[in-house]
Amino acid sequence: MNKKNPASTYDIISINEDDERHTLSIIVDDEPGVLARVIGLFAARGFNIDSLTVSETESKQQLSRITLVTSGSPSVIEKIKVQVDRLVSVHRVADLTADYGQYGALERELALIKVKGTGNKRLEALRLAEAFDAQTVDASLDSFVFQITGRTREIDRFINLMASVGLTEVSRTGVAALKRGAGST
Amino acid sequence: MGKKITGAEMVIQTLHDQGVESVFGYPGGAVLPIYDAIFQQENVKHILVRHEQGASHAAEGYARSTGNVGVLIVTSGPGATNAVTGLTDALLDSIPIVCISGQVPTHLIGTDAFQEADTVGITRACTKHNWLVKDIKDLPRIMHEAFYIARSGRPGPVLVDIPKDIQFAEGEYENLSKTTHKTYTPPSTIDSKAVSAVVDLMQRAKRPIIYSGGGIINSGPKASKLLQKFVQKTNMPITSTLMGLGAYPGSGDNWLGMLGMHGTYEANMAMHDCDLMLCIGARFDDRITGKIDEFSPKSKKIHVDIDATSINKNVEVDLSIIADCGKFLNEVLKIMENRNNKFQSYDLWWKQIDSWKKVNCLQYKANSDVIMPQYAIQRLYELTKNKDTYITTEVGQHQMWAAQFYKFDKPNRWLTSGGLGTMGYGFPAANGVQVAKPDALVIDIAGDASILMNIQELSTAVQYQLNTKIFILNNSYMGMVRQWQQLLHGNRISESYSDSLPDFVKLAEAYGATGIRAKKPAELDDAILEMIDTPGPVIFDCVVANLENCFPMIPSGKAHNDMLLGENVSDEEVANAIDDDGKIMV
Ligand SMILES: Cc1ncc(C[n+]2csc(CCOP(=O)(O)OP(=O)(O)O)c2C)c(N)n1
Ligand SMILES: [Mg+2]
Repeated sequence: MNKKNPASTYDIISINEDDERHTLSIIVDDEPGVLARVIGLFAARGFNIDSLTVSETESKQQLSRITLVTSGSPSVIEKIKVQVDRLVSVHRVADLTADYGQYGALERELALIKVKGTGNKRLEALRLAEAFDAQTVDASLDSFVFQITGRTREIDRFINLMASVGLTEVSRTGVAALKRGAGST
Repeated sequence: MGKKITGAEMVIQTLHDQGVESVFGYPGGAVLPIYDAIFQQENVKHILVRHEQGASHAAEGYARSTGNVGVLIVTSGPGATNAVTGLTDALLDSIPIVCISGQVPTHLIGTDAFQEADTVGITRACTKHNWLVKDIKDLPRIMHEAFYIARSGRPGPVLVDIPKDIQFAEGEYENLSKTTHKTYTPPSTIDSKAVSAVVDLMQRAKRPIIYSGGGIINSGPKASKLLQKFVQKTNMPITSTLMGLGAYPGSGDNWLGMLGMHGTYEANMAMHDCDLMLCIGARFDDRITGKIDEFSPKSKKIHVDIDATSINKNVEVDLSIIADCGKFLNEVLKIMENRNNKFQSYDLWWKQIDSWKKVNCLQYKANSDVIMPQYAIQRLYELTKNKDTYITTEVGQHQMWAAQFYKFDKPNRWLTSGGLGTMGYGFPAANGVQVAKPDALVIDIAGDASILMNIQELSTAVQYQLNTKIFILNNSYMGMVRQWQQLLHGNRISESYSDSLPDFVKLAEAYGATGIRAKKPAELDDAILEMIDTPGPVIFDCVVANLENCFPMIPSGKAHNDMLLGENVSDEEVANAIDDDGKIMV
């Protein structure tokens, strides 16, 4: 039964499991230092943070929602959830990974992407932006800034393509996620 | 709602409303208003320590021996940073303490003011929760929440950082000692179906073992009683972690001794060969499991713990129950009573265990010229076992010998730094116990190196006429370090010789305490009796064999059934016991 654990007293990463990406929605008390508690836990226990967004959600109840994308083996993901849930300021943790659970969840992200170039490259950049439904939010004679919203995967694809047509800078919001249907997290 | 009082008065009022009789602390600029409030009341007694680390361990000792929350008060900056070791210690051993720290006034926070430290930042990682109070309106709630969180669920240390202006500010105080917390809700129910499944597994098992831990002690004395009943009803063998000693009596019939790195041969072999492991209130720590992929390979494992994060953390288990240990034991006994089916008598298993016991793993070479450290503990046990005795320890070989040779028949009588392994814990902790239990016999079993880490607390003991006894197993070495250097590093005794030790008898006298020394086995008993009879604090300098090693031992990186036994082990075997992979481990 301990096959998953390699031969070391301390190093107990489960080697047979593949890493998965999970989007966690963490509802916390909106109080000073609460973000430091959550990310401090990730740092102290060696968990990954792939992306992070925080904002007040239900201001009446003074709650904030931290949406955090992490990766790890299924057992590590389980550990992350119980560890985060144990924090005193945390109300609840929900797994809002798009293809997790009964109904799945909605995950969206926004990115601003700057490309520089003239001539054909510039035209190609515009054509690609159109194909991806990205908006042009800024333009100069030799640059564009596009805005794209969508799932992380799509944005990754768009950015990869932009690399060959003069990509210079990217700024992403990180993932926002909500449960589908009438129920709330 | 009553009249308005100051923040400082609210602090003291909260302590009183929470039933705190004594607190440990050290004054300074940022807590002067609190000290002024202390001065003007008589409900809460303040014990002046000589170093804030001493206050933190004293609060732990107070908490562990009484089951109540321990409290310390420290000033900002260095006062708070000095308390960090004790907070971390309490976090790892799940001890409920509340640390109240002063902070520079609110308007100076963030300006690098005199004695300003980011105390909530520094202690975030070593407390269960902490607060910086920014508004006097929040103070009563936060103070009472602090107590609630420290003692509920898996207990632990909390810290309330109070800026000086908040201590001066006035506000309305309300006794909120009955309130809970809006987000923190520790498990209060138990899954009866899962407990039923435990009984099913027990009925099928042929070689079961109970592996219990500090969670039973934390659950309260009733849990220990239930554990004893459970063991008696099932006739299962029981072992425990360092932190769990005393929950089941050390003189009990089914007791196998402690398990783990310096546990007994029979306990570790039984853990390795069992077919059902029932872990109650322990956490599969690396000192316990040894080499994790060879840990108890043939068993079904059940884990009962109040903290969900402990489940499947180090070892994957077959069945888990997230609940208070006492609640679990109560439930499992109820279910057993309702079932008519007989339990196995485990005769074959006990036969096997008895054969392991015959190895006599705690045997050591007796000596009539030199006091063997094990012998010293055995004598200390014999001469104190019928008294109202509490034992604390420092960290090292003496700690392990105390755990092996002192038998604890009751919970809350054994206080040691298990998770953090803090040298310097034992003496202030003993003072904390003595404050809570003035008539008890409280003994810190110490090492010559460890005792120097908080020796200044002797002043505290003298001031308050505490009867705390320090029993030093003086081997002139950091013995445990020397043992590892022998095992791992070619016996190169690097910096672990206790050079220039003070004369402990004179040291005691310099503080106004009593010093006693024993050098020969023949004089040991009389000297111990003299120590017991001497009022006030005593340092007992027990001069023991220098180079004795602590066995049995599971060398790091080895499995439970790969123990080094003491009796016939050659120096060469000791030197080669740990291979290169094992060497990287602590
Ligand atoms: C604060 C602290 N520093 C260092 C250590 C590492 N350490 C563990 S045991 C030990 C030696 C203890 O020596 P002593 O108190 O004489 O006890 P002995 O092992 O000789 O019984 C040391 C240095 C520790 N546990 N705690
Ligand atoms: Mg020593």
